[in-house]
Amino acid sequence: MTTPSKSPVTSSMTSDNRLAAPVLSRRIFLCRKVRRETFVGWLFILPALVMYALFVLTPLVLTVKYSFYKWNGVTPAIWVGLKNYLTIFQVPDLIGTIYNAFLLVVWFSFIPVGLGLIVASVIHRLATGRLGAIARTVLFLPQVIPLVAAGIIWGWLLALPGLINQLLKVIGLGAITRAWLGDFHWALPAVGVIGIWVLLGFCTVLLLTGMGKVDPSLYESARIDGAGWFREFLSITIPLLRNEIGVCLTVTVIAALAAFDIVYVSTAGGPGNATAVPGIQIYVLAFAQRSVGLASALAVMLMILVVVVIIPIQWLSRESAR
Amino acid sequence: MNKKPVLWSLASLMVLAAMLLSACGAAATTVAPVATQAPESTAAPATMAPTTVPTVASAPTAVVPNCGTAPVVLNGYFETGFDLPFKLSAEFTKEYPNVTWNISQDQFANLITSAPLLLASDNPPDLLRLPTMVSYAKDGLLMNLDTYATEFGWDKWPMAQINQNRLATDGTRGSGTLYAWGLNYSLTGVFYNKKLAAQIGMTQPPQTLADFESLLAKAKAAGLLPIMQWGSAKSGMGLAFPLQALMASVGPTQPINDWIFQKAGATIDTPSNLVAAQDLQQWIKSGYFPPDINAIEYTDSNARFVKGEGVFTFNGDWENADYDKNMPGNVGFFLMPPAQAGGNPAAMSSPLTYGISAKAKHADCAAFFLNWVATNDTARQIDVTVGGSNPGGPSDATMPNVTAGSITNDTLAAGAVVNQAGTAMDFIANSTSSIFAQGWTPELQKMVGGQEDAAGLLKAVQAEYLRELAQQ
Repeated sequence: MTTPSKSPVTSSMTSDNRLAAPVLSRRIFLCRKVRRETFVGWLFILPALVMYALFVLTPLVLTVKYSFYKWNGVTPAIWVGLKNYLTIFQVPDLIGTIYNAFLLVVWFSFIPVGLGLIVASVIHRLATGRLGAIARTVLFLPQVIPLVAAGIIWGWLLALPGLINQLLKVIGLGAITRAWLGDFHWALPAVGVIGIWVLLGFCTVLLLTGMGKVDPSLYESARIDGAGWFREFLSITIPLLRNEIGVCLTVTVIAALAAFDIVYVSTAGGPGNATAVPGIQIYVLAFAQRSVGLASALAVMLMILVVVVIIPIQWLSRESAR
Repeated sequence: MNKKPVLWSLASLMVLAAMLLSACGAAATTVAPVATQAPESTAAPATMAPTTVPTVASAPTAVVPNCGTAPVVLNGYFETGFDLPFKLSAEFTKEYPNVTWNISQDQFANLITSAPLLLASDNPPDLLRLPTMVSYAKDGLLMNLDTYATEFGWDKWPMAQINQNRLATDGTRGSGTLYAWGLNYSLTGVFYNKKLAAQIGMTQPPQTLADFESLLAKAKAAGLLPIMQWGSAKSGMGLAFPLQALMASVGPTQPINDWIFQKAGATIDTPSNLVAAQDLQQWIKSGYFPPDINAIEYTDSNARFVKGEGVFTFNGDWENADYDKNMPGNVGFFLMPPAQAGGNPAAMSSPLTYGISAKAKHADCAAFFLNWVATNDTARQIDVTVGGSNPGGPSDATMPNVTAGSITNDTLAAGAVVNQAGTAMDFIANSTSSIFAQGWTPELQKMVGGQEDAAGLLKAVQAEYLRELAQQ
């Protein structure tokens, strides 16, 4: 970083005065310009900064604060120190919910990112023009549909008399039909499928945009060298898309570990605790049981867990991008 | 001078200030409700004075609170999907044109999350549907209704259910200060599809549990679904209905109420409840419930029953209007029969609870409305026709007419039986605020999935109950 306020003084002392004058004024002008630009720059981000402070940082700090209190949201809060952090380990099936969250990482993150890479690469290579646009739109549509509506529709599709079971019967697989969201073994994978449906479009569009930035001559030369789709995919697409893959992984891993909405609208954690995740537990503790402090402590723990998992992903994607 | 660091520190100061401000704001709201704990019964008469003066002349008796003659806007907060309070408030305005309503509404699940915050706010609802009563009363959010009870003479009315809205100083329900009021008193039991029941040879409602179980077996043998019930965690586990019915069929109701009312030392894990839970487990194993019950939501269960899937279903009289409309003449009702021949049938029967905010601006008018609902003939008629349940009220009040052939005739008659026997219970899902979500629902779902037995169910729910009580 330069220090514009100092340099004019030193230069004027070492050089001829007649020469120094225009240089000085020019420097002052430049310095003012820089200052002005900095000021304008700050002015531009001010609204975002205020919003960020108000709606992200404030709740974050408050959550940490509440986690040290016993509070029901209404009556005066009582300081309890670290007691909430010890009590959360008594929350029923807490380890089970964290285990479920990690299982969801496979469904919400690995599969959408992997599948997204393949789909994006196919669209990029084959379906340019209108077909590609249609494919992109269709895949991105789940991001636009309100999740609650999607949850109801998926509930119908996956019900015992639902469309998916009817299709299975038609193709002779009547024996495996079941109430997918009400089955202890299949509820989590069924929620996972809804997650794939929601997140695949996001990953595909992001990766496709990344592929658009790759110099086409790289692909051309690869094709001239006789590389097929798979070789191209492995040697050009994946290495050059590390940043985008990193972003996809980060967003989807957070979606899995901090999952709430998809689970809440499809199973609400049932059957038993088969799809219970920390997000649902936090909600029940805070709003049904009205133990705001306890819920906040669990939320802080979840945040730490997410950060611990995310940092290596960030580190890896940046490291390899260098 | 370099401006960058200055700007930086300014920005960070601002962020810090914002945090502190909001932190202070939150702290302030946490303290406020203490003041509201004060309003004892004395608060009511003070606000009453200006409105009642003009009407004194007619009667020598004490003046009861009313809505006066000046324009009043009552703030209401009601439950979405239930017409009753909306119809009643509209009728009330017809009779008392100076009273108009400003009504907000929410789904039950949202009522639970937002009611305490609304009650603690500066502009609280005068009258609201209470998703739960005990914790709000303990937090000083609800108006003490004892004075109104004396003034309106509620304490002389016969309904035993009024006591469900009382809270003692030791935090147990069932006696003590009155904090809520029932718009009506719902009743649960067994509804049946008359055509399907005739198909399995049922000529009259079963008189004992054994009779009922033999009907269930016949239905299963006939290839019919014996009982339609819901069980998705999204609606809360509907097997809690037959479970509680079985508990009251094989054992006494008092220990169940004690547990719901959080009496000291109460437990749900009793020998007779174990028998009930084992019965339920046997019903599940025998295939008396739909195989996909863990995925069925409340509304889907009703829709399927109405369409003819299931001979029986455990539900409450709030569905009467729906059943009358969608399966006219084809629906019957009976109380869960006792295990012993000649014993008293019992039922889950609870008030549709409404409360008045401790900080309500028009508490007198809201209380007058509650009294009007229970005593006015038109209101009682709406209560029965729209709500389907017993309107309560004084013992000499006329019982509203019910359309001939309506299922409401059966439920009202059954309600009288339960009142006579004194076997009404509150719902086992209401003992603590999250016992349904954290206890009954997951454990009963596990029982359906073969992952939990009867003894384990009761032990797990009792442990959850104690865990929640310890955190209160």
